[in-house]
Amino acid sequence: MTDPLTPVLTANWGDEQAWKLASYERRGGYQGMRAALRMTPPEVISLVKDSGLRGRGGAGFPTGMKWSFVPQDNPNPKYLVVNSDESEPGTCKDMPLLLASPHTLVEGIVIASYAIGVSHAFIYCRGEVLHVIRRLQQAVREAYAAGYAGSNILGSGFDLEITVHAGAGAYICGEETALLDSLEGRRGQPRLRPPFPAVAGLYACPTVINNVESIASVPAIVKNGSEWFKQMGTEKSNGMTIYSLSGHVARPGQFEAPLGVTLRTLLELSGGIRAGHQLKFWTPGGSSTPILTDEHLDLSLDYEGMAGAGTMLGTKALQIFDETTSVVRTTLRWVEFYKHESCGKCTPCREGTWWLVQLLHRFEAGTAVDGDVDKLLDVCDNIGGKSFCALADGAVACVTSAVRHFRTEFEAGYSTPAWELFPYRESALFEVREREGAGV
Amino acid sequence: MSVQAKPTEVAERPPSVTVTIDGIAVEVPKGTLVIRAAEMIGIAIPRFCDHPLLDPVGACRQCMVEVPDMGNGRGMPKPQASCTLECADGMKVATQRTSEKAEKAQRGMIELLLVNHPLDCPICDKGGECPLQNQAMSTGNGESRFDGLKRTYPKPVNVSAQILLDRERCVLCARCTRFSEQISGDPFIALVERGALQQIGRYETEPYDSYFSGNVVQICPVGALTSAAYRFQSRPFDLVSTPVTCEHCASGCQLRTDHRHFQVKRRLAGDLPEVNEEWNCDRGRFAFVSGRGSDRLTYPLIRENGELRPASWPEAIDAAVAGLRRIGTSAGVVTGGRLTLEAAYAYSKFARTVLGTNNVDFRARPHTSEEAEFLAALVAGRRLGEGVTYADLETAAKVICVAFEPEDESPIVFLRLRKAARKKKLAIQVVSPYRSRGTEKMLAEHVPAIGAEAISGLTADAGTIILVGERAAQTQGMLSAVAELAARTGARLAWVPRRAGDRGAIEAGCLPNLLPGGRPVADNAARVDVAASWGVDRLPAGEGLDADSQFAAASDGQLKGLIVAGVEPADFASRDAVLAGLEAAEFVLSLETRASEVTERADVVLPVALLETHAGTFLNWEHRPGPVEAVVKSRHTPMTDLRILAALADAVGTPLGIRTVASAQAEIAELGVWEGPRPATPVLPTAPRGGEVTLTSWRQLIDGSRANDGEPALLETARPVVARVSPATAERLGLGAELRLSSATGSHDFAVVTDPSMVDDAVWIPGNFFDGSLGTLGVVPGEAVTVVPASELVSAGGNA
Amino acid sequence: MSDLSNTGVGGTESAHAGEQGHGFESFFPDSGGVDQSDASTNIDDETIAELRELAGRYPQARSALLPMLHLVQSVDGRISPRGIEVCAEILGITTAQVSGVATFYTMYKRRPAGKHHVGVCTTALCAVMGGDYLLDHVCSKLGIRPDETTPDGTFSLERIECNAACDYAPVMMVNWEFMDNMTPEKADELLDRLAADEPVASSRGATITSWREAERVLAGFPDGRADEGPTAGEASKLGLNIAAEHGWAAPTAEEAK
Repeated sequence: MTDPLTPVLTANWGDEQAWKLASYERRGGYQGMRAALRMTPPEVISLVKDSGLRGRGGAGFPTGMKWSFVPQDNPNPKYLVVNSDESEPGTCKDMPLLLASPHTLVEGIVIASYAIGVSHAFIYCRGEVLHVIRRLQQAVREAYAAGYAGSNILGSGFDLEITVHAGAGAYICGEETALLDSLEGRRGQPRLRPPFPAVAGLYACPTVINNVESIASVPAIVKNGSEWFKQMGTEKSNGMTIYSLSGHVARPGQFEAPLGVTLRTLLELSGGIRAGHQLKFWTPGGSSTPILTDEHLDLSLDYEGMAGAGTMLGTKALQIFDETTSVVRTTLRWVEFYKHESCGKCTPCREGTWWLVQLLHRFEAGTAVDGDVDKLLDVCDNIGGKSFCALADGAVACVTSAVRHFRTEFEAGYSTPAWELFPYRESALFEVREREGAGV
Repeated sequence: MSVQAKPTEVAERPPSVTVTIDGIAVEVPKGTLVIRAAEMIGIAIPRFCDHPLLDPVGACRQCMVEVPDMGNGRGMPKPQASCTLECADGMKVATQRTSEKAEKAQRGMIELLLVNHPLDCPICDKGGECPLQNQAMSTGNGESRFDGLKRTYPKPVNVSAQILLDRERCVLCARCTRFSEQISGDPFIALVERGALQQIGRYETEPYDSYFSGNVVQICPVGALTSAAYRFQSRPFDLVSTPVTCEHCASGCQLRTDHRHFQVKRRLAGDLPEVNEEWNCDRGRFAFVSGRGSDRLTYPLIRENGELRPASWPEAIDAAVAGLRRIGTSAGVVTGGRLTLEAAYAYSKFARTVLGTNNVDFRARPHTSEEAEFLAALVAGRRLGEGVTYADLETAAKVICVAFEPEDESPIVFLRLRKAARKKKLAIQVVSPYRSRGTEKMLAEHVPAIGAEAISGLTADAGTIILVGERAAQTQGMLSAVAELAARTGARLAWVPRRAGDRGAIEAGCLPNLLPGGRPVADNAARVDVAASWGVDRLPAGEGLDADSQFAAASDGQLKGLIVAGVEPADFASRDAVLAGLEAAEFVLSLETRASEVTERADVVLPVALLETHAGTFLNWEHRPGPVEAVVKSRHTPMTDLRILAALADAVGTPLGIRTVASAQAEIAELGVWEGPRPATPVLPTAPRGGEVTLTSWRQLIDGSRANDGEPALLETARPVVARVSPATAERLGLGAELRLSSATGSHDFAVVTDPSMVDDAVWIPGNFFDGSLGTLGVVPGEAVTVVPASELVSAGGNA
Repeated sequence: MSDLSNTGVGGTESAHAGEQGHGFESFFPDSGGVDQSDASTNIDDETIAELRELAGRYPQARSALLPMLHLVQSVDGRISPRGIEVCAEILGITTAQVSGVATFYTMYKRRPAGKHHVGVCTTALCAVMGGDYLLDHVCSKLGIRPDETTPDGTFSLERIECNAACDYAPVMMVNWEFMDNMTPEKADELLDRLAADEPVASSRGATITSWREAERVLAGFPDGRADEGPTAGEASKLGLNIAAEHGWAAPTAEEAK
């Protein structure tokens, strides 16, 4: 039985200047890379496969299997693209990781690239995080200077270029094919699949796209072995991962725990809901994952546990809302996010989020009319599962799950504004003075 | 057009799969999209973004179907877009006809598409032929549940002088942007903004610059894109549509001409997969109003006391007959590019049987006897399929363009070559003075050359197709070199003329060395053959004079009379020489639609009806017959060239034997093509280069050609008139922003573009520059010209 | 919040703005491209050389377009017409294609941004935790609405979407540096100090420089400030600290065998 919290990726976040190569290496950094370079590439892929590491960006696809899909007989260059576009509402694990320990990612990149036969790796980082990008740029420079990147890495004959690339503000670029278009200097709109990126991705060449946390988990796996990794977590959800607790909790923050921990445990460890309040609803992995309530506190926070509850593990972004919160308001603001971030390519997402926002505005303002809940659900049905990518599915999921759990609160929108039922100042974390409350 | 037959190996049948759609099994080639497979069995799935000639995008999500079985026993959990889903063996598909899920998905999608669509239908050009309107009726709800705010923008944006965009109506299917990027290679319109604000955009200072822009109006599934030319002109249901073949070039596009109240309102690209697929160029689409100006001839004119005066038809025919009798066989016939095969045949026969001369030539442009020999040896007297076709361009291993700029001179050939380059990695070489935008868009290799010097060094084999343009005649030895290259390497050769009537004129025998069907005048048997068919005793022997020689002979008093039809003097090597000939001739008979420099100098002018009232045939560069139907049918029988010539022949007393298109076609068919020996191909040495600065040129598609008159939006989209020189040449000549180009007989100023791809010691200008042409300068490409900085002259106070 | 009911640029209609609601824009007269009425530019040969350098950093030059546009902003304070044209020329694509990219991403500004670009997160969680009030407060303090710039050019304001710092909600950003756990009072102090040109440190970042300098870093030209700021914020270390308190750790490799 492992401990309730198992810092691996976060282990050095308390270190002085943990972002520096020297600090990272003092803790045994780049040992995984050295070990990997002594192995053959197929051996590294097997090791990662054996570990059962699954994608930490939301979909949970087995990482080693993804790597093995890259056709090794393809004569084109192969690319690794690290998806560091962390933008899903609630999700806030990759940015602190990159801020604190960018070398963990860089080491993972070298190992993964070596395993897949990649000659050029890109870190596509969202642009709105200046200091994260500074530290990434510096870490990559340090890696080159130390001979961990560039040509003939540590005399292995393996060459690798690493490029840090800043995005420019588009949630959709977290979708892997949109990310590729963006990295090619285009509008970040999703591509048709097939062909899949493993066959024709960046510049139509074989490409692997992995989340930051997935790649960052690789050095520890290589260093400690797949059995070590499998010791943590549940049967099908192996290893440790970072859970991000935010919202109406006494102490929000990052918790690295074995997969399968429960929200109850995490709340207990962190001091529970903010004082004097109770849990109302929460997301298991960002706004795109259907919401849960206090009935679900003991569910195992792993891929299977969440799927079993009709939701998804997603990015493990646990957004906690207490009883002061209007679910109508929260849903509206999520759907506004999706409307703002819809790329515009396909009809249901572009037009559907436009319509949903207007419908939800009415619920919030108490001007919805009898039957609007059913209309809302039917519009959701016309959007869900019909869009080009999963963005619209996320928009719909937060609406339908909110209605499923709190239908009466929506029906109250036929007569009463949400701010009357749930005075908004009650939800704020600071005391709202009259000035802000009344508007200026 | 080469004599080798097409490669005969049978293409391997692609593997097929069987898919069951709504319970109906259909076998389709592997890779077929579900939406196409459904079409094959008559099941129409509504769609907006899908277009069979564009790469799939899956954006509109209208064509959702249910897939209960992917072919592996498992179903797809969600409905699928049938426009991006490939058929798999054993796949089962349920469309809106059999699946409630698919039906609801489609119904819901229409509703979503209409969320931000304005209720413009009553004032929208597309109303009545609008896929959104139609599919909202067939697939949508009667009433919308959306009662919120619609996204609105200021009304239309001019993405070019010709194309207007109404963003509110747009459903973001991206057909237009995909067309401009994929098909024509002019991505000057692009998706901009995002989410509900996503829209088609152009950069304000760089308009949508494309020879093919009108296609985006046609493929727009809503009324978002309209043309300045047709906007608010008519309702689709008031129009009568007639298929015709385009008269603007030898590509041979099938068009749909729509008219109302005896007036053509618009022209659309027809659907002819073998030729233009579903596209055409803007010239073919928009340039159809040139006959509506004040210079349109509607009654005959005869010259009296030095002045032309109106006359009745009988009076004018009498005057013409008197003139023809006066000149006897000392006559020549020069025809131009607007003639159908049947009209050209009438002139050819008229020259031989009524006038008794072989002085007949269709080449109203620079031409040589080398070219006449080349045409007789390698072009004339072939049927479709004996030579190169569009389809062959797509399967060739390599295509070489010589003296041929496809985008300007045969736009559909350009589209096909670009398609082959994009889709099949066809290797293309363009031998030309500079790397043009068209060359880049064909992903072609540029072989810099201005004469024939590069040709012998080209590599070719039996898989190669050489496309040689009519401009090859401007350079002595070039056609010989091309013929030699083809003969030596086994490459196939096709001659691509610029004008729609040229290929037919050759078959009709409008050449001094050729009778109809490619029969050599010099061949006794050929003459006997034709004479027998025509029921005349004999035909004039000995090759006649070509067009230039006719005008020269007229100037010298060697030729008494000229019959001229569809000719612009400025198109010839020397406009002055043509005018001199016309002025010196004893008698000039002009058959023309509009007043011109020829009619001004004619003794009798007979007005010819506009093409839109004619029937007949254009043969395209492949030798493919393209039917022309009379679009506008008035009560009066139109006075076509054929009808006028028949009347003249009757009046002269030597009946032509044909007076209708049908009778001409019957004769042409009966004559067939020459089966006897072909004349030898010309073998001429390559001409030396002009001099210090050699002129190079071709005509741009949208230029000052009179056929483009009357359509201001089209003319605004013409490419700028510039002179191109290499940086080294510009430096050597001390050129600044403008240059002055002078020939022996004239000069003209041009804006200078220094182009690193341009060959040195040469200058390129467009063949027609609106206020002049090479013919007005009296200079032919390949000749020496004088180039000096224009600013220098201005500052020195001189302006020739 | 009522004064925010029409805050959107060009938002002339407000659908269902209640006292606490906010507006819904539907008329977009200025959309479709950058502001052509302002042709000013500072792009010079040195900028062009740097743009070309960026284009050379990628296997295919067009990949550099996003960084190049960041650099344009650092030089011109916005996406200028000249910036679009230069990028198109260097990359061999059309200006329409560059415009399509420049108008897709929210970090690219059509009008000059302020010396300091202030973002207030109002995506659901931050909004509920107080972000709505913060935005309202900042609007009234600066006297501008979102997507506007103060007349003196010091501040521009944006209502931003989730910035991946939810454990520090409500969050503000200045020049894309984290300003964690904000309150109206802290916002006042922050803005006052910035207005007075006093040094301000990001909660988890460097000393605030300027939006243009930030854009230059994002373009790929580091400013040497990576070593400023902490390794991690307190919330980031919460689980680590709790584990330490309990003596919890991941198993060792030896334990696994």
